[in-house]
Amino acid sequence: MSIRIFIPRDSGALAVGADEVAAELSRVAHERDVSLDLVRPGSRGLYWLEPMLEVETQAGRVAFGPTTIADVPSILEAILSDGDHPLKLGLTEQIPWLKRQTRLTFVRCGIVDPRSIDDYRAHGGYKGLERALKLSSNAIIDDVVKSGLRGRGGAGFPTGTKWRTVAQAGRGQKYICCNADEGDSGTFADRMLMEGDPFMVIEGMTIAGIAVGATKGYIYIRSEYPHAVEAMNAAIEAARRTGYLGDHICHSTDSFDIEVRVGAGAYICGEETSMLESLEGKRGTVRAKPPLPAHKGLFGRPTVINNVLTFSAVPYILDGGAQAYADCGMGRSRGTKPIQLGGNVKHGGLFEVAFGITLGELIDDIGGGTLSGRPVRAVQVGGPLGAYFPRALFDTPFDYEAFAARSGMVGHGGVVVFDDTVDMAKQARFAMEFCAIESCGKCTPCRIGSTRGAETVDRIIAGDKPAANIAVLEDLCNTMKFGSLCALGGLAPIPVLSALTHFPEDFGLAPRRLQAAE
Amino acid sequence: MHNETWDPTRAAEIIAGLTHKEGPTLVILHALQEAFGYVPAAAEPMVAQALNLSRAEIHGVLTFYPDFRREPPGRHVLKLCRAEACQAAGGDALAARIENRLGVGFGATTADGAVTLEPIYCLGLCATAPAAMLDDRVIGRLDASRLDALMAEAQR
Repeated sequence: MSIRIFIPRDSGALAVGADEVAAELSRVAHERDVSLDLVRPGSRGLYWLEPMLEVETQAGRVAFGPTTIADVPSILEAILSDGDHPLKLGLTEQIPWLKRQTRLTFVRCGIVDPRSIDDYRAHGGYKGLERALKLSSNAIIDDVVKSGLRGRGGAGFPTGTKWRTVAQAGRGQKYICCNADEGDSGTFADRMLMEGDPFMVIEGMTIAGIAVGATKGYIYIRSEYPHAVEAMNAAIEAARRTGYLGDHICHSTDSFDIEVRVGAGAYICGEETSMLESLEGKRGTVRAKPPLPAHKGLFGRPTVINNVLTFSAVPYILDGGAQAYADCGMGRSRGTKPIQLGGNVKHGGLFEVAFGITLGELIDDIGGGTLSGRPVRAVQVGGPLGAYFPRALFDTPFDYEAFAARSGMVGHGGVVVFDDTVDMAKQARFAMEFCAIESCGKCTPCRIGSTRGAETVDRIIAGDKPAANIAVLEDLCNTMKFGSLCALGGLAPIPVLSALTHFPEDFGLAPRRLQAAE
Repeated sequence: MHNETWDPTRAAEIIAGLTHKEGPTLVILHALQEAFGYVPAAAEPMVAQALNLSRAEIHGVLTFYPDFRREPPGRHVLKLCRAEACQAAGGDALAARIENRLGVGFGATTADGAVTLEPIYCLGLCATAPAAMLDDRVIGRLDASRLDALMAEAQR
């Protein structure tokens, strides 16, 4: 008999030994004369259980994890005899952490073989594109508008509006750019999708191309993600071979092709105009807006720029789901948000859920508190430019407006947990230092302000005229916020000021009592 | 990591194979570094000429991006994530340990040419932090003993 076993190729799983476990499994199976069908999908996102091995049974996939090489022989024995095993987790789909999610974007991640376009199609892939090919440009864009989809990269701009602008920007060369420069610490959803379900990213970009009349797409992937680069390149080649990319897609009149471009370690290139400069082969300095990229983007041509998660939401919406998508969520935040739990957290991973879940539910219930077992003290939401929230704000629901109302941001949905050993003055200093390292240098508030900011925090930490230096720091933050050309300098004050507001004792100030808002 | 030794003819070949792309500068610089392990000063005027740009423009691009090296790296490149999620999981202590053991700071190569130590800001392994990358291999859930094993491997 042949048994079908899944061991992720996702780099989060590779980082904790998935390849070694897979190799050992092949070796042991061979030794025991067991015929093995080994599939290497993406990750389900339950990273504390990685490497998680799944076996196909009549009832569904059964999971074991976290596995090591030493566990392989006994796991294989348990599989063959249908016996028990200490690492056996039961049916994967019934694991409560996974069951609580609403997976629209990550519906196939960890399930399909990312190298197989047939597997993608067998799991509902390319239905969105097939429908899009029958619709007019306007009808596609109407669907995206109706779904309420907002950019998942962080800024939350309505996607349909952006597409419409590009569609109406006359004729001639237009571009689709997928921003896969996921540089924020605490975020890895783009990486997981590119590694685990790359055809969905391709399908989303292709639909965008058809909608706005662009025939060329670029996906700009950061160099820190070599596995994602490899997976996307392999998927693009497969899509070309099968007629899903190239001239006359699926025998239609539409043509579209995609090229992968790799960044070179500059965080600022995640900013859309810097990304365009980088794609054009220049230093990744920010462009002043206007003109908007929708009017004058890559090589001066009208360009749709969306993030990986945004493009990936599109196939579901087109496959008859605009209303279904819009029915999820709260307020003006529609659909689901893939939230990434990382840092010092017991159960870290990818949790996709409708907007509206509170921060406390996420950290305490889903994340299970800290990995160190110490109390949670601070949580940074939205990457290096996101706010640090204390426990008193754990009632904040995931919603763009609710976070903004408390001087924070949802951003790309990264949540980094810190225990009570964290020094918030040091974190504030790091925020300034990071901005100084990563500033493109084009505007003075960001370039100089961040360096002066780090120095000022140093003085506060050293106890050198703290009151006066805090006034300087606040003034500096204000200058950066209003004077910077882009969000790097503009948002760097958020982590700094939130640390100062919510954790003043770490700066040598008396603690303030914070009201847990309504 | 096995790099070719610098050879202008080979470099010219690499450049010529990529000039047809739209905005090819980064693509070419990546390809040169992939081949030689770094982008030598001698390559700058070659790229500039092929793309009809000034040497200053190419130099500006080369020095803007942290990935591009202008000197050959050590036999192994060890990158440790220094960003927030890894800080939260004890990354700073590992960074101090690594500098101490290798006797070099971030951005430098050990005297014996074995290891180049570089900071990296997020490998997307935040749920299995702290994380590092040795050459092309990713490593998560680092602690002192796993890090020591990694350094020993890199120094071989």
